[in-house]
Amino acid sequence: MERIPILQMNDVLLVTIQVDMHDQLALTLQDELTAHIIQARARGVLIDISSLEIVDSFIGRVLSNIAAMARVLDAETVVVGMQPAVAITLVELGLSLTGVRTALNVEKGMAFLRAASA
Amino acid sequence: MTVLKSETTPLQTEADIVRVRQTVRQWAIQQGFSLVDQTKLVTATSELARNTVVYGGGGTVQLEALTTGSRRGLRLIFVDHGPGIPDIAQAMTDGYTTGEGLGLGLGGAKRLVNEFDITSHTGAGTRVCITKWK
Repeated sequence: MERIPILQMNDVLLVTIQVDMHDQLALTLQDELTAHIIQARARGVLIDISSLEIVDSFIGRVLSNIAAMARVLDAETVVVGMQPAVAITLVELGLSLTGVRTALNVEKGMAFLRAASA
Repeated sequence: MTVLKSETTPLQTEADIVRVRQTVRQWAIQQGFSLVDQTKLVTATSELARNTVVYGGGGTVQLEALTTGSRRGLRLIFVDHGPGIPDIAQAMTDGYTTGEGLGLGLGGAKRLVNEFDITSHTGAGTRVCITKWK
């Protein structure tokens, strides 16, 4: 089965989405991340979407769900690297990514997670 | 208005949604759309294609590359023969959903394009036509 790799660096889980995800793949990522947070005792989740060419309402909902589930499991989520065209489109679509913390790039995202778990 | 080319393709599965997004991206690039306009049209395509597959029980999308001489555009016509939408005004409202979505699909897609037309008949299906001009 096709899946998106989840890497671990200390107590942070790293996900880089590099494929045009179909809906089931996004839901699989959501489930696997939740399981990984517990297994790895992770305190942070960093999701790099710099390769994503669109974020539609479905992917937006999955990102919000991941952030909400992680928070319940005592982990912070940060989404990094959103392309400008994607950001413009998201706002016109009406999607606010409720509860999702964002950062410009991986470095700033990691800095946020370090500060949050300190 | 001249139709430069036209193609009809099936929308039955999640894989079809991904494929149609990629085809629309290629056509938008060929029509000279800016990156922001490409992104808006592909996002609207994703929302409407998902509606066709999930709520319409599958259908088709017809792509048309248009020109008026000075302007270039893309028109997409999504057709399904599903249950139809009893109350279109309600379905267009942000936050209204009969499924598991966010209820942003129709209203959101409308905001991302220049022209939006929807007709639906209960028990017969739904047709959504969108056009984006360069």
